[in-house]
Amino acid sequence: MIEAFRRPDKGSVFRKQLMFEFQSLGIESLGIVLFISAFTGGIAALQTAYNIDTPLIPLTMVGFVTRQSIILEFSPTVISLILVGKVGSRITSEIGTMKVTEQIDALRIMGVNPANFLILPKITAAMIINPVLIIFSIVVSLLGGYLACEISGLVTLADYIAGLHYQFNPFSITYAIIKTIVFAFLITSISGFYGYYTEGGALDVGNSSTKAVVNTSIFIILFDLILTQLMLV
Amino acid sequence: MIEARNISKAFGDHEVLKNVSTSFEKGQTNLIIGQSGSGKTVLMKCLVGLYTADSGEIAYDDQIFSEMTEKEKMVFRKEFGMLFQGGALFDSLSVEENIMFPLNMFTKQSFEEKRERVNFCLKRVNLENANKLYPSELSGGMIKRVAIARAISVNPKYLFCDEPNSGLDPRTAGVIDNLINEITEEYGMTTIINTHDMNSVLEIGEKIAFIHEGNLWWTGNKHEVLHSDNKELNDFIFASELTRRLKK
Repeated sequence: MIEAFRRPDKGSVFRKQLMFEFQSLGIESLGIVLFISAFTGGIAALQTAYNIDTPLIPLTMVGFVTRQSIILEFSPTVISLILVGKVGSRITSEIGTMKVTEQIDALRIMGVNPANFLILPKITAAMIINPVLIIFSIVVSLLGGYLACEISGLVTLADYIAGLHYQFNPFSITYAIIKTIVFAFLITSISGFYGYYTEGGALDVGNSSTKAVVNTSIFIILFDLILTQLMLV
Repeated sequence: MIEARNISKAFGDHEVLKNVSTSFEKGQTNLIIGQSGSGKTVLMKCLVGLYTADSGEIAYDDQIFSEMTEKEKMVFRKEFGMLFQGGALFDSLSVEENIMFPLNMFTKQSFEEKRERVNFCLKRVNLENANKLYPSELSGGMIKRVAIARAISVNPKYLFCDEPNSGLDPRTAGVIDNLINEITEEYGMTTIINTHDMNSVLEIGEKIAFIHEGNLWWTGNKHEVLHSDNKELNDFIFASELTRRLKK
């Protein structure tokens, strides 16, 4: 796997691969990310509103709690876990299939460093594009929360917006982006590793894909805890 | 010339190659023959460095390949072309992009020059106008021909073919054999073919190495192979009714 992190054989080929991965890992994930974000933002706002059953807690808390849960945890962590299923399994099965059909051997015979050619553009692309996806996810989640409040009539727009502004610390955005970059690295490198070391046939590609998804999810949760401890405490 | 000197390779307790020594001549079509599971593919993969032999050495025109670092091997492999059993074309690339791939990686040619080379290679394998097709749209024989075109696109010095006829009808198999043989002579390459196809043996086997249970049992050429008194070779060669009738 160390081979994956060497300097690419040819810059122009690497840039072309990178553009392809932006499309394949980022743009093609945008739809599912936005869909899930909109609904989860709405659900977070509604659940908070329904659980405020004392007049001592102001309704601005709905916006505040929605914002905090979305920025600190939902968008960076839950969306990354969803991307493990979508992007990670795709990477493992793509590289795993190339391995069992000797396409990786063909690359090696041509004098190409296959790990570098196949995995580095994916890691680089994900570390750049995933934070963009997460920013979109945050914005759409908060909009979803607003729409849910508006449609249900539980919280006024003014209260919701006031809650969003309440004690806002811009560092929480930095924290979310740093977490996302680390998770993007974990998703692509672990999935790439399992794909690259697949041996056998179709069944083994499936097994590698499953292992990649399970282990990446575990690593993401583990690193979530570590990063939270390091950055927020 | 390519030389394998005392090559041994085991996977766990299973010894696949046992002290195999042989050489493959420059400008000739060299065949490695033997039954399925005899160790042919493992020997070829040791020759190109996809497997590392447990002992012994591989030499290419007196350069000891097996002693090179992985980085040196990577550079040296730019002299290789290889035709894999399943073709190993890149699924996501069209025929043209597959053949252009090594040119993109290792040359500074303009797009037009590369396209000209692609068209030349496609013409050479009788597949003009297949540029825009994808591997999933090709027949077995076409896949092999595109794989040959990709292998020769960078004018390799050494061409390796792993079971080029597997899964092909006898007529297409013959076309592939003749194509490899012609290309070998045309470009003066050192070609090594793994096969258990008797037609290939009799048609193009300028030098033949017979591997049996991981050992090198016999070497010779297509004229000698039918007249050997080596029992294991005869069991292999005359396994089918057709070859037995041929001998009679």
